[in-house]
Amino acid sequence: MEAFTTHTGRAVPLRRSNVDTDQIIPAHWLKKVTRDGFEDGLFEAWRKDPEFVLNQAAHQGATVLVAGPDFGTGSSREHAVWALQNYGFKAVISSRFADIFRGNSLKNGLLTVVLPQETVEALWQLAETDPATEITVDLVRRKVVAPGVEADFELDENARWRLLEGLDDISLTLKNEDAIAEFEKTRASFKPRTLAA
Amino acid sequence: MGRTLAEKVWDDHVVRRVEGEPDLLFIDLHLLHEVTSPQAFDGLRKAGRSVRRTDLTIATEDHNTPTLDIDKPIADPVSRTQLETLRKNCADFGVRLHPLGDVEQGVVHVVGPQLGLTQPGMTVVCGDSHTSTHGAFGALAFGIGTSQVEHVLATQTLPMAPFKTMAVTVNGELPEDVTAKDLILAIITKIGTGGGQGYVIEYRGEAIEKLSMEARMTICNMSIEAGARAGMIAPDETTFAYVEGREHAPKGADWDEAVAYWKTLRTDEDAVFDHEVVIEAAELAPFVTWGTNPGQGAPLSHAVPDPASFEDASARYAAEKALDYMGLSAGQPLREVNVDTVFVGSCTNGRIEDLRSAAAVLDGRKVADSVRMLVVPGSVRVALQAVEEGLDKVFTAAGAEWRHAGCSMCLGMNPDQLQPGERAASTSNRNFEGRQGKGGRTHLVSPQVAAATAVLGHLASPADLADVREPAVA
Repeated sequence: MEAFTTHTGRAVPLRRSNVDTDQIIPAHWLKKVTRDGFEDGLFEAWRKDPEFVLNQAAHQGATVLVAGPDFGTGSSREHAVWALQNYGFKAVISSRFADIFRGNSLKNGLLTVVLPQETVEALWQLAETDPATEITVDLVRRKVVAPGVEADFELDENARWRLLEGLDDISLTLKNEDAIAEFEKTRASFKPRTLAA
Repeated sequence: MGRTLAEKVWDDHVVRRVEGEPDLLFIDLHLLHEVTSPQAFDGLRKAGRSVRRTDLTIATEDHNTPTLDIDKPIADPVSRTQLETLRKNCADFGVRLHPLGDVEQGVVHVVGPQLGLTQPGMTVVCGDSHTSTHGAFGALAFGIGTSQVEHVLATQTLPMAPFKTMAVTVNGELPEDVTAKDLILAIITKIGTGGGQGYVIEYRGEAIEKLSMEARMTICNMSIEAGARAGMIAPDETTFAYVEGREHAPKGADWDEAVAYWKTLRTDEDAVFDHEVVIEAAELAPFVTWGTNPGQGAPLSHAVPDPASFEDASARYAAEKALDYMGLSAGQPLREVNVDTVFVGSCTNGRIEDLRSAAAVLDGRKVADSVRMLVVPGSVRVALQAVEEGLDKVFTAAGAEWRHAGCSMCLGMNPDQLQPGERAASTSNRNFEGRQGKGGRTHLVSPQVAAATAVLGHLASPADLADVREPAVA
């Protein structure tokens, strides 16, 4: 995973709540067996509308998505995270994320930042008033900074450390091989197995 | 202080607990399907890793599979590639697979329980948000992303951040015409699509205890639509009776040992939930959705709500958007909403009891000329059982299409899709924009409401049908 320390970029204001992962990347894109090439599928249905915020010239090249509450609900598809990253987003800000989406994003180095709705509103205002406004998402200081906005955000220390270092979860877990093997010895014999012994 | 059911199951699976780090949990059962696994197997290959516990892993094909002409090559080359990729991955890594055409093939969340692989007190994961289904057995079951699928394949564990606990207590008895689907839709509307975020929900109370296993699966299945990590129901005699005798159920002395353990899996009297919700069963009625998320629902007897009636600005805006997308207007009685398609199936309502209840409504009646109805069993086993009971004949005699097992019209990944503007009453779990096909409009309903709607051509419950039954065919 690519490390995330701090990022500064322009923002896209997505004034919608309950953006489910079917909207982020529709199911027919999920037939691909790679982790890349999903950028054209991002918000595919909404992008057919020329007025949709992602289509506006002023927001081209923006890298921070500022979304309404309950972003990433529904399907567990990690393709939603890949699509946002393939498109160029480095961070997503919302007042509330769905659990599975949040987990997926942090495992891929896409920083999801939870801020109060009023701060989200302030960032929407900024990005709409002047799309050239830059927002800094600083994981080192756990701060989001923009003109007139300075907001602290929380992220548990362990998740933050893994992001800052760009660590691979599986390698970390495999350091506990002994503990896993010990646990396996204590499992009840009645637990089911999918294969004959 | 006592512990909740969820905390007990969690504690029994902690491989490693260190202050300041997520607990490392052992995973008892890992279910795989073709959509969320290819990139995970790819990751294993690149790192030179193997599947640690092939004996705790099982795969099936469901999302991409067609429900017609299953003996012919799959027409869509991209779908075909994804299924072929799963077959190759399972062969290369030694994972048991039930492919299209196999008697154990079906929707992954129907297959696990019917094989007896889902049991109380287990940790169950799958790269699929509806893994919460398995919580009906008192298992801690949750959906994961592809990175986590790779993690479980490689280590049989997952580092998991702690959860909060929520009790949803349903007091009293459900009215006769109210099903598990109506109940869970009402619960989601009450707590909202984000209300369960960070929580494991335990459903309890008299109404829950009286539900069959399959009805309990319908409830737990949709926990994710309330944003919950998982949903659970304490195992009891209903659970044990369902598991006993299944292919992978414990046998002999193992059975006794298992049941003794399972009986300990109840929330302690003095345990405290972080949040509690109480529902009175008697107040419930058949329930349908009118919007584009599962929290936008109302009793069938109500009208489409006026967005202006929502106090919260973002809920108001969401309702406006939803009515626009759904082609509905405020104040329109839900019973007057005409549908083009009716879908009975999915991991929510594709089990034998669901087919029986839809068939009971359709028996001796006809699907309206203006409606196409698809009935898609959740698995090949469910299909065989339905045929044995003659349900397939009831459906086809009524004019419905009897299809092969799979996810079908629950999501737009296979040939069964809505056309733009087409409206469906669907027993599935998501009414998101475009979920059932680009531009398609979805109303989530129970199997009974689906069947009555098919007959009348507009949203309806069996009670609306009193006078339209033709004499049953002799």
